[in-house]
Amino acid sequence: MNTSHSSSSTTFQPVLTRNIHRPGSERISTYLDHGGYQAVRKALAMKPEEIIEQVKQSGLRGRGGAGFPTGTKWGFMPQDSELPKIIAVNTDEGEPGTFKDREIVEQDPHQVIEGVIIAAYAVGATRAYVYIRGEFFLGVKRWIKAIADAYEYGFLGEDILGRGFNLEMSVHRGAGAYICGEETAMLESLEGKRGLPRRKPPYPISAGLFGLPTLVQNIETLACIPHIIERGPEWFASIGTAESKGPKIYSVSGHVNRPGNYELPLGISLEEIIYKHAGGIPRGKRLKAVIPGGVSTPMLPADQVEVPMAFETLKEAGSALGTGAIIVMDETTCMVEAARRISKFFAHESCGKCTPCRIGSQRIFEIMDRIEKGLGHPGDIELLLEMVNGIDGHTFCPMGSALVNPVRSAIQHFRGEFEYHITNKNCLVKAQMPK
Amino acid sequence: MIKDESQKFPRATGNPKQRARLLAALFVAQEQFGWLSTEAIERVSERLALQSGQVRSTASFYSMFKLEPQGEFRIQVCEGLSCYLVGGAEPIIDYLSNLLGIQPGETTPDGKFTLEIVQCIAACGSAPALRVNDTLYEHMTLESIEQLIKSLQEGE
Repeated sequence: MNTSHSSSSTTFQPVLTRNIHRPGSERISTYLDHGGYQAVRKALAMKPEEIIEQVKQSGLRGRGGAGFPTGTKWGFMPQDSELPKIIAVNTDEGEPGTFKDREIVEQDPHQVIEGVIIAAYAVGATRAYVYIRGEFFLGVKRWIKAIADAYEYGFLGEDILGRGFNLEMSVHRGAGAYICGEETAMLESLEGKRGLPRRKPPYPISAGLFGLPTLVQNIETLACIPHIIERGPEWFASIGTAESKGPKIYSVSGHVNRPGNYELPLGISLEEIIYKHAGGIPRGKRLKAVIPGGVSTPMLPADQVEVPMAFETLKEAGSALGTGAIIVMDETTCMVEAARRISKFFAHESCGKCTPCRIGSQRIFEIMDRIEKGLGHPGDIELLLEMVNGIDGHTFCPMGSALVNPVRSAIQHFRGEFEYHITNKNCLVKAQMPK
Repeated sequence: MIKDESQKFPRATGNPKQRARLLAALFVAQEQFGWLSTEAIERVSERLALQSGQVRSTASFYSMFKLEPQGEFRIQVCEGLSCYLVGGAEPIIDYLSNLLGIQPGETTPDGKFTLEIVQCIAACGSAPALRVNDTLYEHMTLESIEQLIKSLQEGE
């Protein structure tokens, strides 16, 4: 593996989470006391195209999972259109393993609001809709309070900071549907409908909410914006690897001593995050497998743990950065059960719009379930692989790939465990455990 | 030939901006009625000038909207991978099921508790986790759950 462009965490100072441990970190006064809303002053004195250029130079890529270059996306906003432009802020964090957006919203919402104002100014949007996961009860409260305070201080509303720029912002709650994290499903939900994904193209940037040009952006992406404006794109681009720039919040859970959110540079190795920052694996157990970017990304076996956490290196390793949600599994974990549980999630969350996902997710779960319970048939593994190939790339939205990744990677790396379950009607891990 | 009788039916959708208020309206109705009864759905559709079928169809898509009566305390236990890995999910669900004498999806006869299995609730770093109504409970053990149920039964 090529680790020559790997980053180190030794000199890194937190950027996005620098304020979250201060008392009252969610308040506008705390934010202002620690340099908040300085970037927006700077930005509103710049030309919009200068801002877009700086975001391009920074190398920032979307943190919601897809990793699209942010500045490039902003450049797609149609400038010759008379239609009002929209910015839709995605706080619909639902990927199992991910809990970073919840912390950002609850602990430092103003950082995101500042990013939204700058983004809106850069692309010419005058209306911002925040879509937040319905279950984030505290997050909803904090968003609403933060927006009200930002209005009071003149950072939102008409003629912001006397610069003639207007921006209205409001919060909209989701109501429990993973699919609404997909951008077009989120727009449907914002319009008060069932959250079914839309056909693309047209992409939201040309026809999104109510058919208007809409920039959809994840909140961790937006939280990076004030720092890029304040400290410059060169500073941002100096963090990370060739194709993955800037700080990243990694949510670490599962078999580690210190689960939690860790803000570190992109390009740091998975191994360093697990052993140095998250305190290693409890009770001296050995590592078995890691999911590097939320349950929709392929799992990696322990011998790939040196991989740098970057878009390009994880792709090369056969997985993806996703949301940067790391789920650690030690040697006591049955991989059939882990994959079965993830399959259940996707079967539950399929929106039902297209057949490969609606039926496929259900059938995959049923087969995984019977294998796990010792009721599998010879040929079930081949059947699973055939179904996985039938679903991947043939669904309406990216959820198809999301649901096949965990199943395919579990079979690829741990096929012996599946075979053992089918042949012996028992679990290999349990059979090997000391009595 | 098919006769055009569309004028016999009311317009399917009103103002799209009006429809955009539907999820918020359903939350309000659910809070007032406790669940989305036929009456609650009718009330929402009248207020937003939508068809009750549209309202029900939208409500049924989202797991937070309840089309059956709910207990006073809705206990939602996460069965996600991260909770499972650290001893959550089934052991907690089974324990609560025994303690309350109901299966997941059911409500106790006194209307006090509803037990529900949910997918990830974004508390993987503080797993095992569960939620009671609007409150998140993290780092749960069977002992702390017993205490929690007791305090809810006694009405805090």
